[in-house]
Amino acid sequence: MLNSKKKIKVALIGNPNIGKSTLFNLLTGLHQKIANFPGVTVEKKTGSSTIFNSATGDANYLEIIDLPGTYSLYPNSPDERIPFEILCDPNNEDHPDIVVILADGTNLKRSLFLASQVIDLKIPSLLALNMMDLVQAQGIKINADELERRLGIRVCPIIARKCIGIEELKQALINDLPVPTSYVYDITLIKPTLLASIKKELNLKSNYAALQIANHINSLEHFQISKEQQAILKNLFVGIEYDENKIQSFESLERYKSIQQIIESCVRLPHEKKVSFSTRIDKLLVHRIWGYAIFICILFVIFQSIFSLAEFPMNFIDETFTGFINIVRDFLPSGVLNDLIVKGVLAGIGGIIIFVPQIAMLFMFIAVLEDTGYMARVSFLMDKLMRNFGLNGRSVIPLMSGVACAVPAIMSTRTISSWKERIVTILVIPLMSCSARLPVFTLLISLIIPTNYIGVFNLQGLVLMSLYLIGFLAALLASIVISGLIKSKHKNYFIMEIPVYRMPRWSNILYSILDKVKIFLLDAGKIIIAISIVLWFLSSRGPGEKFEKVNQEISQLSPDKTDAQKRLHLESLKLEYSYAGHLGHLLEPIIKPLGFDWKIGIALVTSFAAREVFVGTMTTIYGVGSDKNLTVKEKMRIEKDVLTGKPRYSVAVGWSLMLFYAFAMQCMSTLAVVRRETGSWKWPVIQFLYLSGLAYFTSLIVYQILK
Amino acid sequence: MILNKEMANSSKKLSLLKKGEKCIVDSYIDENMQQKMLDMGCLPGEVITIDRFAPLGCPIAISVGGTVLCIRKDEAENILVNVIE
Repeated sequence: MLNSKKKIKVALIGNPNIGKSTLFNLLTGLHQKIANFPGVTVEKKTGSSTIFNSATGDANYLEIIDLPGTYSLYPNSPDERIPFEILCDPNNEDHPDIVVILADGTNLKRSLFLASQVIDLKIPSLLALNMMDLVQAQGIKINADELERRLGIRVCPIIARKCIGIEELKQALINDLPVPTSYVYDITLIKPTLLASIKKELNLKSNYAALQIANHINSLEHFQISKEQQAILKNLFVGIEYDENKIQSFESLERYKSIQQIIESCVRLPHEKKVSFSTRIDKLLVHRIWGYAIFICILFVIFQSIFSLAEFPMNFIDETFTGFINIVRDFLPSGVLNDLIVKGVLAGIGGIIIFVPQIAMLFMFIAVLEDTGYMARVSFLMDKLMRNFGLNGRSVIPLMSGVACAVPAIMSTRTISSWKERIVTILVIPLMSCSARLPVFTLLISLIIPTNYIGVFNLQGLVLMSLYLIGFLAALLASIVISGLIKSKHKNYFIMEIPVYRMPRWSNILYSILDKVKIFLLDAGKIIIAISIVLWFLSSRGPGEKFEKVNQEISQLSPDKTDAQKRLHLESLKLEYSYAGHLGHLLEPIIKPLGFDWKIGIALVTSFAAREVFVGTMTTIYGVGSDKNLTVKEKMRIEKDVLTGKPRYSVAVGWSLMLFYAFAMQCMSTLAVVRRETGSWKWPVIQFLYLSGLAYFTSLIVYQILK
Repeated sequence: MILNKEMANSSKKLSLLKKGEKCIVDSYIDENMQQKMLDMGCLPGEVITIDRFAPLGCPIAISVGGTVLCIRKDEAENILVNVIE
């Protein structure tokens, strides 16, 4: 019984932009898992599929892996290393039983280049000939039977976006596909004795696999080949002149010659060529004035949506969840456990799901822009401009999204193909002023900036705008510095294809949104909950007797105080005597040169959960004393400096604090997401240190000057 | 006529071409880049049309064998071509 449940491992490979994810979604439906490939930050999508044999009715179980899009098995980037390693190493844990090669019928020559490489590895394969509707529309004629005969593997014509030909493809997959019998291009002319020894040593099935091993003899670290065997392999090269670059290009050119012969026998191209629809649209969309105007409009719509439209679902989630938390708090017996669950765990979960609307909305836009082909035009328009700052044309949308929230913005950097430019973008995104800083800025601005007008401009508004501008300029400057510091291992080429415009596929967009939300909730979520529990502990527990005796202190208060006043006082004292309070006092000597006292120190600790918590913490701290019913703003305004007698929140302190919040990495969710997206703690730690340093020294200088 | 023929025989860098010009790929200067271009189907002998330059002069959109590729100017400097029209 168990044996019949054995899964067939299928790998899906193909050029970028030819409908690979559409086919993957069609084959697996919602049974998908996303993780990173070990050691690299390349997304690994796997899914399962059950296919019933139409003749016998037997169920077959398939495990499908979606390999990153690539043009050949010769890797140029970390993304492209993955298909190379999985297919060329028979002992790789993901090495498939069957490969589905997706080909673009309108560009068969290029598709067959990759396809022939896979066929020559002698893995049972199937060619899914996609875009047959476009093939017909363009007047191209393909003889699929002849193609099947010439390639020696099954060929299934399909139209993935219309779900045509998928059933035939599925049936072909479960009917024992044979090992390809002949080579599309046999490499017998290249170093025959060397390759024969490699093939024998590793017990390989094909000459081509031996050539691939030979070409990458010095970078086999991810291959399941023992150190001893690698040494034996390297020994085979002694005394042999082997220039892998020359051999690679020789092989490629010869391969194309074989492909050309195949194409001549089964493809007929139309005589005339029409000016394509895409070329006409591009006259407008990458126009030197209109192109930018339209792009700015699109950015504006995206920004508005994640900034203000997302507010409605966010408020809804906030209210519903607060209601839920209150029910839980009242339902559970009061005590430490209740406190831990309500203020630690549930508060953490609430802080996570609040991001879902923004993530979903941003990725809806990004998926539409990618799917229609517009994103490639954004790169085309913005590349030169952004490269001045060490960034990529595709960094623009993540950066602008950072103004709403860094979390979805950092997740959206996956569209940047260059590793270095992607890391730089991730590192500077938190400098863009996000919406969580707004409550902090408005509170401080209203404290220190008068409501004067300069001409028609409100002074407070101008200051707020300048803070956004400072963040933006800091992000650009930081990009220049960081990209000068990071060394890239790979020589990166910008060369990319500009796909034709197509209607977006709504199901793909839905899958993309679900993927991102899932990644965030599961992977970043657990880190956020952990930090949230630590912060709860710090702010609700305290060392020694003083913390224990807070209740007594409250009961000694004058009896004419109301219960509400007593509770506020209690909370305030508890916070002061808690670990967070002690941390605030401990921090005081360090932050004193910035003009901050221990109260602000506490707020710095607690607002690590999210910047807007600053306001909440200040409210609690200033809950102490004062009989009058003042707001936190009024209490902060009348607060006097003990030594000078001047207002505590002077212009110098206000600016110092605002700039600190403009730069500092006061957001655990961002850290968690950077950890998820870069695959290690290295980058979030570097990011935290450089942003904190930047914030500290800017505030220090500003305070010392203004004081 | 003779002048035209001479010009066609001397290969020049793709980065020097103007919008709308057509050329045939002769060879590549950078070996690594050659492999990348071969992978994408841009072989020596292939006809390239300069579709357009980005508003700031870089990158360049070129048509090769029915698809449009986008390459930076410094990458185009590595492609030697013969202008045909």
